[in-house]
Amino acid sequence: MADQLIMSVTQLNKYVRSLLEDDPNLTYIFVVGEISNFKAHYQSGHMYFSLKDEGGVIRSVMFRSSASKLKFTPENGMRVVCRGRVSLYERDGQYQFYAEDMQPDGAGSLAVAFEQIKKKLLAEGLFDVSRKKPIPSYPEEIAVITSDTGAAVKDIFSVLDRRYPLARILFCPVLVQGESAAKSIADAIKRVNALQSADVIIAGRGGGSVEDLWAFNEEAVARAVAESLIPVISAVGHETDTTICDMVADLRAPTPSAAAEMAVPDASALLSWVYSQKNNMIAKIDFKLGQARLSLDNLIKKPVMQSPLFFIDQMEQRLDLSNTNLSANYLAILKDKDVSLRFSAAAINALSPLGVLSRGYAICYKGGKILKSVKGIKTEEVISVNFVDGTVTCDVKDISEK
Amino acid sequence: MKSTDSFEDCLSRLEEIVNLLENGECPLDDTMKLYEEGIKLSGYCSKKLEKARQKMVTLTEKEGESVGGAESIETA
Repeated sequence: MADQLIMSVTQLNKYVRSLLEDDPNLTYIFVVGEISNFKAHYQSGHMYFSLKDEGGVIRSVMFRSSASKLKFTPENGMRVVCRGRVSLYERDGQYQFYAEDMQPDGAGSLAVAFEQIKKKLLAEGLFDVSRKKPIPSYPEEIAVITSDTGAAVKDIFSVLDRRYPLARILFCPVLVQGESAAKSIADAIKRVNALQSADVIIAGRGGGSVEDLWAFNEEAVARAVAESLIPVISAVGHETDTTICDMVADLRAPTPSAAAEMAVPDASALLSWVYSQKNNMIAKIDFKLGQARLSLDNLIKKPVMQSPLFFIDQMEQRLDLSNTNLSANYLAILKDKDVSLRFSAAAINALSPLGVLSRGYAICYKGGKILKSVKGIKTEEVISVNFVDGTVTCDVKDISEK
Repeated sequence: MKSTDSFEDCLSRLEEIVNLLENGECPLDDTMKLYEEGIKLSGYCSKKLEKARQKMVTLTEKEGESVGGAESIETA
């Protein structure tokens, strides 16, 4: 035993540690396994877990500097591929794996992260249709949150200018990809809300890869959109790209240009409508005035209004007619009377005693009375006998009754 | 006929007068009075129509100016 080298525990651990750390095969390795006993210390930011498979287990740690870069949240049971190195932690003699990067085995880490965030926010009700606010029809101010380079901002401005130039634009240039993008976008949304002047927000960016669009899937952006009191139109990438921001927003537009079109009405269409309404109104008033004029003209054209003397003429005509009738009637009456007179005269003549007398008849009188009969006459009485040309006084000698 | 009488009321009265005169049964004095009223009414209605038409032409010309476009982009 005296010839054997006797090491201390510390020396032994140090030696094994250097063996592990100096081995070129072990400095940059990829290990696949299932996560178990996962524990994240929120204060330090370090993650402690085990990787295992059917044959064995290895204790693992991922320090905060690497862990904070993970897009997804590791969970027990998840199968992952980790890049890292092995070493010995001298203090407890524990052999462990130091993970510097972690990817879900099979699905990409972004895909896994997307599903994790989506599930979480869905459960909180952030995607509910009932939460979605209506977009104002005639916004006075539109906040545009996007990169100040790239096609998106140009497209949005040009559509807004063409369709509805009377709206003010509040432009908030932000980072739309990279580590700081999510905070940049979320802060812009909060700032616009604090100013309280905008009626609607358009937030988005042009097309890109999943990584490029990732900022719009981050929780910070999603929560800022959800908490925004001003309605948000999300316009991220192309029609086929759907991000968490799209799901939380009050309205989803397939592209930034489409977002601008959804935000405002078409002013030229509105103007046309206003003009046509005006023309309509003018036509109606014109018609009514025309009708009124027509009614008035019809009345004024009537003979009674046109010839003021008309009714006087009528009166005169009536008068003339009466006059004529009067004369005619009078003459007629006279004529009539004349005829009657002649008739009567003739009749009288016919009945006149002078005519009778001239025919040889005589009228006898006694004591002034006309005698019509032999009765009442006595002999020795005196009677007068009138002839046509004189009178004879006679004594009655003899009476003989027929 | 007050200045507040409506066009329609005056037109109706004018119609009434024309009918009465056409019937020819009015006494002469009434006829004179009615004719005078009728002439006044037709003048009044004509003036009212003219005014309405003038006002319409004036308004239409005034509103002929087009709507301008206001553009302002603020940055925040």
